[in-house]
Amino acid sequence: MALKIILYIVIGVIGGILGGMGMGGGTLLIPLLTVILGVFQKEAQAINLLSFLPMSVIAIALHYKNKLIKFDKIGFIIISGLFSCCFGFFIAKNLSGDSLKRCFGAFLIILSIVQFVGAIKSKKSK
Amino acid sequence: MKEKENNKIILERKGKMEAVATGIASGFLNGLFGGGGGMIVVPMLSAFNGFQSKNAHATAILIMLPFCILSGIFYASTVTVNVTMLLCCMGGVVVGGVIGALALSKLASKWIRIIFSLAMFAAGFRNLFF
Repeated sequence: MALKIILYIVIGVIGGILGGMGMGGGTLLIPLLTVILGVFQKEAQAINLLSFLPMSVIAIALHYKNKLIKFDKIGFIIISGLFSCCFGFFIAKNLSGDSLKRCFGAFLIILSIVQFVGAIKSKKSK
Repeated sequence: MKEKENNKIILERKGKMEAVATGIASGFLNGLFGGGGGMIVVPMLSAFNGFQSKNAHATAILIMLPFCILSGIFYASTVTVNVTMLLCCMGGVVVGGVIGALALSKLASKWIRIIFSLAMFAAGFRNLFF
């Protein structure tokens, strides 16, 4: 049990570091949970969503203090996003965990290619 | 003069359409996959909405928060969650988040991003085919 708790925390820390670095901690925390711990896809998604809430409140407060947050058009983004968020969840709810896992895998592959290309390009610009 | 004003209105409207598109894409991914919306919202903010990279990263977190709260409620009400695991991950994410934010300037180098993208590719491949 104690070992499991340490493992959970370590996985959270790894996901958090990447999240804090702005590289999408969630996209790594979910596969860490499903691949290493064998957590179900939907449960991993729920844990990912909930575990980033406290961290994002802290991050927002810090960024707001440093005047990094811009409020241009943010209302449009959030309001339209809330609607499509319901739609996205509706689809996820009706998919089996296994199909959702495969879709998420495809999404990860696309993101990894974008990241890879971005990383290679970032060297050239420096 | 009037033409200029018209152009300005068109520009503003265009900006709103792009903001709405950004919201729809990131909100949808957030609801569907329970994460990953941030990976889309950052590039969309910089490419379509004229945000600088630093501002895009910071603002993305504020945009994702309401989506995470909403889908978090949806998921928590339909999926059984291991509470011990949730609390441990939550604590870990806070600690890791602070470390990541402090290390951001030093560590987000080309090599870290390449290693991260390879790990993501491997995880995606495994999810898709096994």
